[in-house]
Amino acid sequence: MKVLLRNPRRELEIEGRRNVNSLLKELELARESHLVIRNGTLIPGDAELTDDDVVEIRPVISGGA
Amino acid sequence: MVAVGSKCRVCKAPAIIDLPRHNAHFCADHFLELCRRQVVKAIEKFDMLSKDDRVLVAVSGGKDSLAVWDLLIDLGYQADGLYVGLGIGEYSETSGEYARAFAAERGLHLIEISLRDEYGYDIPTAAKATKRVPCSACGLSKRHLFDKAAIDGNYTVLVTGHNLDDEAAVLFGNTLRWDVEYLARQLPVLPARDGFPKKVKPLIRLTEREMAAWCIVRGIDYLVDECPMALGNKHIAYKEALNAIEQQSPGSKAAFYLNFLDNMAPLLVGRSAAATDGLQSCRTCGAPTTGDQCAFCRVAEKASAHDPVPVELVLGKGRGRR
Repeated sequence: MKVLLRNPRRELEIEGRRNVNSLLKELELARESHLVIRNGTLIPGDAELTDDDVVEIRPVISGGA
Repeated sequence: MVAVGSKCRVCKAPAIIDLPRHNAHFCADHFLELCRRQVVKAIEKFDMLSKDDRVLVAVSGGKDSLAVWDLLIDLGYQADGLYVGLGIGEYSETSGEYARAFAAERGLHLIEISLRDEYGYDIPTAAKATKRVPCSACGLSKRHLFDKAAIDGNYTVLVTGHNLDDEAAVLFGNTLRWDVEYLARQLPVLPARDGFPKKVKPLIRLTEREMAAWCIVRGIDYLVDECPMALGNKHIAYKEALNAIEQQSPGSKAAFYLNFLDNMAPLLVGRSAAATDGLQSCRTCGAPTTGDQCAFCRVAEKASAHDPVPVELVLGKGRGRR
């Protein structure tokens, strides 16, 4: 699957089925500070991802106070 | 495809989001409903707004400020937006485009102020000229201009998009230092007084993950990229620390901040010197201040006399100081 990451913007190619939570864990990204989007739609942590998917992992932490 | 079992808690339709702190999944409609309910609860509990108020929303082009503006309009409030151009290179140019597009698509009124055009400086230059951390120069400038625009425009309430994560992170920092003065002031509503507008934070019951999700579900384009000058600041480090705790113990952030408001803040009433100190008018701009000249005018004087500094130059120095 193709994975788009932000801040900084980059793309990864990852093979094999797994769910969203497993993907975040493999990439060492905290679930509480990221959302995952597939085809413009949010998907929850237990959504299954396949090799054909293109997903964006969007960080949600901002620095202003 | 959504896995079996991942259903909305309310209607059993396929879920789009899991919210561990509620131990539940939600579909798009019921997630939006939850957000609306949390905002209404905050507004009512802290007497933040009425439908008669003229509301000014401080808008940055990021998810929180656009979400709070959208939520208030959705809930039937009259709200205009205020965007301050901070002059942080391409980041500011892009953030302004998002704010303008949001307002234009919805027929909303957006007031714009440019620090460089109207006050002769920008944030990178202010940071360099005053030797302040960029976030300090930025926060100080924004607070002054938000207050001034609200007062000048006869708005009755100024709204900011501070969310639960923002407030919990600030509380965490204040608690690490046991800074009683700041703890006493960390309230979701600051009443109008002595030339300052009433200021409220309707998003205190919603996390930034929930606010980003609100924007995605509602089709709101916002600036996802982080401010280049904020990268690596303490505020972000506090948020990451709290999120590590949240991951282990969902609901911890909400308990930390909302229980502070219920149980601790009442004990600190009267402990903030700013609540009782006499204020006078700034000799330059007339804004209320404790000294002869307000902090904004001191920064503006120094920064506007300085040659413009490109953002890249300050980034290198800023990171070194942190």
